[in-house]
Amino acid sequence: MIDNVQLNAEGKLKHFITIEGLSNALLTEILDTAESFVGMTDQQIKKVPLLRGKTIVNLFFENSTRTRTTFELAAKRLSADVLSMSISTSSTSKGESLLDTIRNLEAMFVDMFVVRHGISGAAHFIAQHTAPHISVINAGDGQHAHPTQAMLDMFTIRQIKKDFTQLRVAIIGDILHSRVARSQIQALNILGAAEVRVIAPLTLLPAHVETLGVSVSHNLTEGLKDIDVIIMLRLQKERMTSALLPSESEYFKCFGLTESKLKIAKPDAIVMHPGPINRGVEIESKVADGPQSVILKQVSNGIAVRMAIMSMAMQPLGGLQ
Amino acid sequence: MLEIDTLLNNLETGLKQLVINRKLLNPLMIGIRTGGVWVAEHMHQRLAINEPLGLLDISFYRDDFSQIGVHPHVKPSSVPAHIEGRDIILIDDVFHTGRTVRAALNEIFDYGRPNQVILAVLIERDGKQIPIAPDCAGTRMVLTADQRIKLTGPTPLAIHLENSAPDKP
Repeated sequence: MIDNVQLNAEGKLKHFITIEGLSNALLTEILDTAESFVGMTDQQIKKVPLLRGKTIVNLFFENSTRTRTTFELAAKRLSADVLSMSISTSSTSKGESLLDTIRNLEAMFVDMFVVRHGISGAAHFIAQHTAPHISVINAGDGQHAHPTQAMLDMFTIRQIKKDFTQLRVAIIGDILHSRVARSQIQALNILGAAEVRVIAPLTLLPAHVETLGVSVSHNLTEGLKDIDVIIMLRLQKERMTSALLPSESEYFKCFGLTESKLKIAKPDAIVMHPGPINRGVEIESKVADGPQSVILKQVSNGIAVRMAIMSMAMQPLGGLQ
Repeated sequence: MLEIDTLLNNLETGLKQLVINRKLLNPLMIGIRTGGVWVAEHMHQRLAINEPLGLLDISFYRDDFSQIGVHPHVKPSSVPAHIEGRDIILIDDVFHTGRTVRAALNEIFDYGRPNQVILAVLIERDGKQIPIAPDCAGTRMVLTADQRIKLTGPTPLAIHLENSAPDKP
């Protein structure tokens, strides 16, 4: 599905729903813009007036700590007014439909929705039905996509490794349930990574995963050879409805990243994780807190990257002059 | 008329006088991207300032975001973290409406509260829209509505007078 709903008539970002169908040039523009927002941390007043007077609503139908707080901080650093709503405190629990919730918020003169929802396609649905001046940013929808997470990961990789075209990237773990992995694979392929390798047991891989543009390994020891970037995924126990694994300790033994397994990858390989981490399940604490880990850098970069995406999506109505 | 060396010499003379008149102490020089930085590089050298040149990208502080959105080629600003109480020489290539300088001042003040800021530009042209004016200029000129000044650089630095569509504000 090529998502043209994301772009306005001039090909500029209007919504940010999925990485799929976006160009290398546009992804690079996001990364470049984010670079300027990183520098802002030198300022005594860590705020720019770009989105002054705009209202952004974080609509979270699913739990989140990192994503919601970094979106909130990003909006505030752009001087927008931001409101965070979560399902437990909203009328949805009283039976209001998604569209009615959106219509009501529109009536409060909102300019942007940041949406997280457990159902794939929710952000796309809202983008299709919302008023034309409103931008929608997907903060994770079901098992479909988590494009801002993928972009902050790309930003972190570029910050350290500079050039994507020489990189071999391994994504390890629960690919099946991971919207992060889907978005990462798309972004890495668009940006021209030399290889994207998924490493997981068969039960945690979607059928025909190689059609996403990846090579596949079921063995961590073999799969880590020549790897520059290691992306660990969280085991999404809450989404597992059938017996996909014998046990967590068995999983750790086969697919958990330990210090000794890390040595198989290139010596300057970096270790990433979108969080939250299950220590001792997919990753050993020594590795998560070790010198090759850039997990906390990912979190810091999340603010700058989300600032870039939000300000780029908030294009004036009618496009560029 | 637009001889770059003459303009740079004029600006250097004017700036040196201004440093004395305004009693600038160990000034920090900041250039506004892109043309302002090129001019500032010359002044930085001519005034023998040791501290590295600060670079300001005012894209996030422009007042026309609601008309044109984010500038697609924004670059990071690079300003020393401690500008509190400093004397600052702000440099741009062309002073026209004054809006760029308004944005630059707002950005500078987000880094801290300087002691004083002086504004030096290579060319001051007519068309001011807000009550801001340079303290010193390489030259002052009046142009017709369809004329605009374009600086190319950094080496060689050159000025061209172009006849084109009306200027952006």
